[in-house]
Amino acid sequence: MLSFVLRRLLVAIPTLLIVSVFVFLLLKLLPGDPALALAGEERDPLVIETIRVKYGLDQPLPVQYLRWLGGVLQGDFGVSIRTRLPIGEMIVEKLPVTLQLSLQAMIIAILIGIPAGVLAAFKRGTPVDYLVSMLGLGGLSIPSFWLGIMLILLFAVSLGWLPSGGYVGFFESPLANLRYSLMPSLVLGTAAAAIIMRHTRSSMIATLQQDYIRTARAKGLREYVVVTRHALRNGLIPVVTTATLHLGQLLSGAVLTEQVFGIPGFGKMIVDGVFSRDYAVVQAVVLCAAVMFLLMSLIADIAYVILSPRLRA
Amino acid sequence: MTDVSLPADPVVGGGHRKSALQQVLSQPSAVIGGSIVVFFVLVAIFAPLLSPFDPNASDWLAIRQAPSAVHWFGTDDLGRDILSRILFGARASLLAGVIAVAIAIAIGVPLGLIAGYFGGLLDAVISRCTDALLAVPFLVLAIALAAFLGASLQNAMIAIGVSAVPIFIRLTRGQVLVVKGEDYITAARAVGVRDRNIIVSHVFPNVLAPVVVQGTITMAVAILAEASLAFLGLGQRPPAPSWGSMLDVARQFLTEAPWMAVWPGLAIVAIVLGFNLLGDGLNDALNPHRDTE
Repeated sequence: MLSFVLRRLLVAIPTLLIVSVFVFLLLKLLPGDPALALAGEERDPLVIETIRVKYGLDQPLPVQYLRWLGGVLQGDFGVSIRTRLPIGEMIVEKLPVTLQLSLQAMIIAILIGIPAGVLAAFKRGTPVDYLVSMLGLGGLSIPSFWLGIMLILLFAVSLGWLPSGGYVGFFESPLANLRYSLMPSLVLGTAAAAIIMRHTRSSMIATLQQDYIRTARAKGLREYVVVTRHALRNGLIPVVTTATLHLGQLLSGAVLTEQVFGIPGFGKMIVDGVFSRDYAVVQAVVLCAAVMFLLMSLIADIAYVILSPRLRA
Repeated sequence: MTDVSLPADPVVGGGHRKSALQQVLSQPSAVIGGSIVVFFVLVAIFAPLLSPFDPNASDWLAIRQAPSAVHWFGTDDLGRDILSRILFGARASLLAGVIAVAIAIAIGVPLGLIAGYFGGLLDAVISRCTDALLAVPFLVLAIALAAFLGASLQNAMIAIGVSAVPIFIRLTRGQVLVVKGEDYITAARAVGVRDRNIIVSHVFPNVLAPVVVQGTITMAVAILAEASLAFLGLGQRPPAPSWGSMLDVARQFLTEAPWMAVWPGLAIVAIVLGFNLLGDGLNDALNPHRDTE
């Protein structure tokens, strides 16, 4: 098991290095001289030259890359030109907000997606299956930001039950935190629920056609036992993988959801970075997103090995 | 969001081999989805004929009017007819989808063919780069690229297309690896057919069906992404109508003019649902596993 984890970690390293090269080059492709941008209003050639030397911009690209990577590995992503704060600190502050949203969303998605998928698989070909499948496809087709706007319209503007946006930290007031994070989590969870439902359905359909299910039924086991003891245990293995992998992808949805609800999280950080031309922030967010995704896929692989005895050897 | 294709439902019982078109037409979801897609294509083409008003003409006497007999979908904050803007908005959406998917296929499929067929170092390099790109969430990558390229519909299409490239590389490569071991490829090699000809006439046809299915699903993803970028202000520039940017404006008038937020969203849901349905139907109809079961 340990050697498997180590091997997977080793495979992830070159991937991460390539991501870092892409991210680094992205910034270098920008038109304009970064030293000029850093100088702001200052136009004195001497000052600009000092900046150039200070930030290593006079060095060849590979040297610049290695310097940057060295900093990143120590958690130094540079300084945001908008907030003047170290980007590493901003990430540490904002990441938990998005992680909380993503976890709540994943809980909602699993609570809806798995039962719905199992139900559709068992009722395959019936109106129940069609209804659930249509709802699933609908969930995939709704833009998260529009769903967010519609929920605000209903629960905040019309009914006044929930705040239309903003955020309160969990440790400040857990109840207020729940009120503020309920709609965003629901929005984020919808697409995830749809994906989990679809995977559960197709995996369960495949499982139900296996010989051991027929054997279980043939030896007179009650349908409930067949489902819980035999079908679910095997049918849900790929679903665990999908759900874990999707947790890494939830960040994508979080960008828009946080924008709609004005939540100061990781996703809003990249949007703010884009609009204030704070490209170092954009770089850092892209890199962190990739790290989290690779971490999640590692966890998904480990979970798969633990859950499916055939691979445990 | 990027990988929503699933293995096709296993077919119960046998059945005769039907032509690809017959198989597609026998899938209700493909027919319904296809109809929705055709509807929007027609809307986009005939938008100037269908629109009751000029989509960009402000009517200062009709600002934020609720839906009525004159303005079926109401008017926006500048007194523009929302129905006309929705009809014209179909153009930006479809164009973005088509161009982005075309870019993704044009770059992704050849790279996947090369990586899968030749293997070795070339494959290693292409595959590692693909892994790296896939590690960044689709929309985050598209936003970053669009931001670095600058806000415009054209750049949004490029950003979305490039972000979708790795999906097609991985799909094509996997498909090639399956086909490569088949006897007819070995036979073609043995009689001395050149690699290029083998790829074009034996490998590529086997890759086509999954690419068509993935392309259709990616249309849905690309249209959603375009709407998202426009919503963030990274797509179609105003005043040209785009559903995503209409929603961005509508957000500021939720209390006074909720209809402004309803229609563009419904339009996006409908067109994306159309492509998703079509993709699902095509997947069930064209998935090669169907023949072997």
